[in-house]
Amino acid sequence: MSGKRSIGRFLRDNAVVLIFLAITVAAIKPSGYSLTYIGQEIITRLGRNSFLVLALLLPIFAGMGLNFGMTLGAMAGQIGLIFAVDWGVAGWRGLVFAVLIGVPISVFLGWVCGKVMNKAKGREMVTGYILAFFMDGVYQFFVLYMLGQAIPIRSSSILLSRGYGIRNTLNLQIVRQSLDTIVPLKIGPFVFPIVTFLVIAALCVFVVWFKKIKLGQDMRAVGNDIVVADAAGVPVERTRIIAIIISTVLACVGQVIFLQNMGTMATYSAHTQTGFFAVAAILVGGASVKRAGLPNVFIGVILLHALFVVSPMAGQRLFGSAMIGEYFRQFIGYGIIALSLVLYAWRARKEAAAARAQQREGESAPVNGGAA
Amino acid sequence: MGQESPLLSLEHVSKEFYGNRVLHDVCFELRKGEILGLVGENGAGKTTLMRILFGMPVIAETGGFGGRVCIDGQEMKFQSPFDALDAGIGMVHQEFSLIPGFTTTENIVLNRESMKANVLKYVFGERMSVLDRPEMRRRAERAIAKLDVKLDPDMLVSEMPVGHKQFTEIAREINREKTRILVLDEPTAVLTESEAEILLASLRKLAAQGIAIIFISHRLHEVVSVADRVVVLRDGGVVKDTPVTGVTVRDIASWMVGRDIATGRTEAVVDRSASPELLRVEGLWVDMPGERVRSVNLSVREGEIFGIGGLAGQGKLGIPNGIMGLHHAAGKVIVAGKEVPLNDPRAALLEGMAFVSEDRRGVGLLLDESLDWNIAFTAMQIQDRYLRKALGGLFRVRDEKAMRELAEEYIKLLEIKCTSHRQAAKELSGGNQQKICLAKAFAVRPRLLFVSEPTRGIDVGAKKLVLDTLHRYNREYGTTIVMVSSELEELRSICDRVAIVDEGRIAGILPPTAELAEFGFLMSGEAAAEAHGDKKEAARA
Amino acid sequence: MPDLKKFITDFGWPRIIIFLFLVFLFIAAPFVNVRIDASIADVLNRFGQSAVLVLALVPMVQAGCGLNFGLPLGIIGGLIGATMSMQFGLVGFAGFFGAIALAAPFALAFGWGYGRLLNKVKGEEMTIAMYVGFASVMLMSIMWLILPYNSPKMVWGYAGKGLRTTISVEGYWSKILNDFLAVRIGKFFIFPTGLILFVCFCAFLMWLFLRTKTGTAMTAVGSNPDYARASGISVDKMRTISVMLSTLLGAVGIIVYEQSFGFIQLYDSPLFMGFPAVAALLIGGASVNKASMVNVLVGTILFQGLLTMTPSVINSLLQNDMSEVIRIMVSNGIILYALTRKTKVTK
Repeated sequence: MSGKRSIGRFLRDNAVVLIFLAITVAAIKPSGYSLTYIGQEIITRLGRNSFLVLALLLPIFAGMGLNFGMTLGAMAGQIGLIFAVDWGVAGWRGLVFAVLIGVPISVFLGWVCGKVMNKAKGREMVTGYILAFFMDGVYQFFVLYMLGQAIPIRSSSILLSRGYGIRNTLNLQIVRQSLDTIVPLKIGPFVFPIVTFLVIAALCVFVVWFKKIKLGQDMRAVGNDIVVADAAGVPVERTRIIAIIISTVLACVGQVIFLQNMGTMATYSAHTQTGFFAVAAILVGGASVKRAGLPNVFIGVILLHALFVVSPMAGQRLFGSAMIGEYFRQFIGYGIIALSLVLYAWRARKEAAAARAQQREGESAPVNGGAA
Repeated sequence: MGQESPLLSLEHVSKEFYGNRVLHDVCFELRKGEILGLVGENGAGKTTLMRILFGMPVIAETGGFGGRVCIDGQEMKFQSPFDALDAGIGMVHQEFSLIPGFTTTENIVLNRESMKANVLKYVFGERMSVLDRPEMRRRAERAIAKLDVKLDPDMLVSEMPVGHKQFTEIAREINREKTRILVLDEPTAVLTESEAEILLASLRKLAAQGIAIIFISHRLHEVVSVADRVVVLRDGGVVKDTPVTGVTVRDIASWMVGRDIATGRTEAVVDRSASPELLRVEGLWVDMPGERVRSVNLSVREGEIFGIGGLAGQGKLGIPNGIMGLHHAAGKVIVAGKEVPLNDPRAALLEGMAFVSEDRRGVGLLLDESLDWNIAFTAMQIQDRYLRKALGGLFRVRDEKAMRELAEEYIKLLEIKCTSHRQAAKELSGGNQQKICLAKAFAVRPRLLFVSEPTRGIDVGAKKLVLDTLHRYNREYGTTIVMVSSELEELRSICDRVAIVDEGRIAGILPPTAELAEFGFLMSGEAAAEAHGDKKEAARA
Repeated sequence: MPDLKKFITDFGWPRIIIFLFLVFLFIAAPFVNVRIDASIADVLNRFGQSAVLVLALVPMVQAGCGLNFGLPLGIIGGLIGATMSMQFGLVGFAGFFGAIALAAPFALAFGWGYGRLLNKVKGEEMTIAMYVGFASVMLMSIMWLILPYNSPKMVWGYAGKGLRTTISVEGYWSKILNDFLAVRIGKFFIFPTGLILFVCFCAFLMWLFLRTKTGTAMTAVGSNPDYARASGISVDKMRTISVMLSTLLGAVGIIVYEQSFGFIQLYDSPLFMGFPAVAALLIGGASVNKASMVNVLVGTILFQGLLTMTPSVINSLLQNDMSEVIRIMVSNGIILYALTRKTKVTK
């Protein structure tokens, strides 16, 4: 009897993951891709995207929801890469250089983002989303107008023909795959970007350690019940800002890792979809607005990107149009975020109602035993 | 006990809020290991006193307080609750201050977690140290042991029964090394009988270890059972400060409600037993947090003014809220022979019932809108009044002119002080806001009007006007009124009959002219306890 | 003096800054060879074509459902109506009103479903609205490819199947409102009378609606849901009605936009159309739970004025095309400002 109920609960709790798994598996055959190909793609994409998705964890701990403002960190990383290419710093040293430039910018942007979100408590996600758009304008102003004019750029090959402003596509050849291929490792038909994986593993260790320290505990407290945490003396505003700053910095590094794998950078649009993909991944992995853990990150990246790999071809073969496959992929992406948010909100309300019912039952218990 | 100075002493403490004197000349002392029971009706000043003791910012923001609070003979000036905590005062509030997703242990040591020594701490600050979980657990277990209760240190608070949450709160306070005084505000309000017993036993144990306890409760039999001394507050002053030996519950109840009999009624009591029954309530059960109704049976006659009184939290406010569908309810409500569905505000309103809620700002008013909006709203929505045709009959829109006339009629009638009918409700004083709520109910011309706490928080002049208006509507239009109030005097002054609610049930119904002691007896819970004792006797026989 | 201070706090510094900036632009215009009369005509046109979309946000704001980032749903309804109208070959006023009539059932159906969904997720409406909107646009994009449209003006040439990304309404109902009773003054200035009349008519209908019994109830729900419930109003029902109304107006709004702009834009275009409307409403002084006709009209004029004048003037001034960047910063900045203000719900 209880077995049935627990199966039902398992299905409900993991609805998103299961739906996604079903769709992905269904699309493998029609796509015509071999499992080897899909497997390699997944390995590559794990290396490329996991860092970015990990950046979302801390704000979720702190109760600030999905940090769409991570895009700000991505922009900072891109600026770092622009300078790395401009100064001709090659290989993995170029990546370190980019990070060194990007991190201070990320800290500042993260601080701004945190402050703004503190003023919009309860609406952090929308605010982060809009802030990312706003910062896009600032980024464009900087990269399209300031670079090459107010801020000198050495190599004119990366500038637009008019003499200032960075080109639409930036060739990252000098740092391409520099992290991935430091230690080449091939097992069977698969190539593993070992050092990248090590970097990701280091971040995972950091996350685990973070939850064990007082700051992590404070963040959990703030995320759970901000009023109680405040009454207990936890510095809630500061803690939230720290969460966002760390998230932004991680997004900066994550974007550098992402772009070094891609090899080229679409200067004005590379960062616009960063937030969307990271959020979609973590939600597909079974996380919710208030709860997320390491397994969600990796399951999410694998599932989401597996679908993104197979669906264009599957769409083309099934519907006779690559366009349909492409739109279908985007529909699933947005739809899964909407579905997760809805399920979360709906479940939160049900739990609140259940808590009230429990209290009710506790109190209508008959008065037994006489007065003392 | 020797001549050692008391642990805590309050000397001539007084407080006023915007000219309203809430506390005056409160003096009492508390010794080490002593349990002091603090009782008083709602509005007597208990909450304010505790806020002063605990250094709540609202006190400083409204002009500070008079008198002194001394600990170990030293005067204390608290700027915030953290100062009070540092001085050794721990407070367990009525609403739990616990993190639902944390375990018992984590809550007990919240923001005072034990940490392992760490090099990073010197560079980046305290918060980078790893938590020492085994040590945290040991501290939690020590605190739990002091209470002598069974608590699972690893259980999540969200999964705990209510009683355990209460104990976790207390454990948190006593886990602080500095705590020497513990203040508990209605700790047994949400506990079952057996849990309350365990709590009282823990308190005795804590007191034996030297902690002084202030125990605030409406459950007078508990106070008598566990306290060493009783302090009774009434109208902001201490009316009694006595050791508990020899004091009965009935004594305490009389001290709480007693006033000089000089404030009598001006109107004669009308006997309505011949009138037909207008409202019949059977087995009403209402889930209103803090004011739960367990099972209420009532019969109200047409044309009477029926009062409902009782101590705070006993359920009197839940009755009208449940009948009018604002909170989840079950049972039967019959108006003039017709059963009215519960949990449906519209149905109640359509049956000719109206309600002036005790939550003026939350439920009673649209603060951002104007007076005329507020007054005409319910009549417009339920009875389709104050609407006129527009665009040749295609639409029905607000009839601003009629709304204005309505507003002006009530502004005059109730002497509402405002700049015009267009003034926003939020700009009016509490008393005038209450008058708007009344006007809104009157505008519907109800045959049965529920009024909850009609004069709460309004000045004396307005009080009289409100009561007189209610009385006049009853006499002139025959509106049946059910009035729920914490102020016994008010009920006795205009009601034809007064029911007293205790523990979610009607303890008894008295004529307004009955002796104060009888009211006190019903309110104190003794009546129920006695009846219960009788039942047990009968069962044993 | 205190009155001025109060006016400033109520009105908000950002709005004042935007207004002053706009005045500056108009003053600077003649100095950089930008014709004022052409500019004003431009602003009026853009005002007219966007106003109904901004108006569409009002019902949901009043009912406490927040800013409707899910406007794309209504826009999709309008696109269905417009394409069907063209497919059936309706021209002129029949084409325009036919599009509205065909769009209406779809918009109302979408609005009803969307409203039911929002009721189940009270509190997180805005983010969910955004993503439901995006997902719907993508789903519709698939639809545009496979639905059986076949009018040669609308489908891809060689395949004969699947709608084009942009479809011209020239010859059908392009500028049908704009040109109605239009007044020409000089070579560069045409006053789009029909358009302005239609916009005013819609605003008038909304104003009237907000004064009806239902409209009054809706405002109460947005202002204080407990109060509304206590007066016997069904909060969920009012919210659903507001969403349906909002979606319907979104459909009408996009059709008005299309007739003025001259093109029907499908596929990805509806994705971000909600944001400028939100920005315009907020610039006009609305808050997250209160919006009036004045907010709509003032906001749209200011916002469109900014969008029109900035490129022409600034670009001539700085010899540079910064209009896009300025547009992004202004519209998103104003939305941010509104989101970070303490909600003025007095408790």
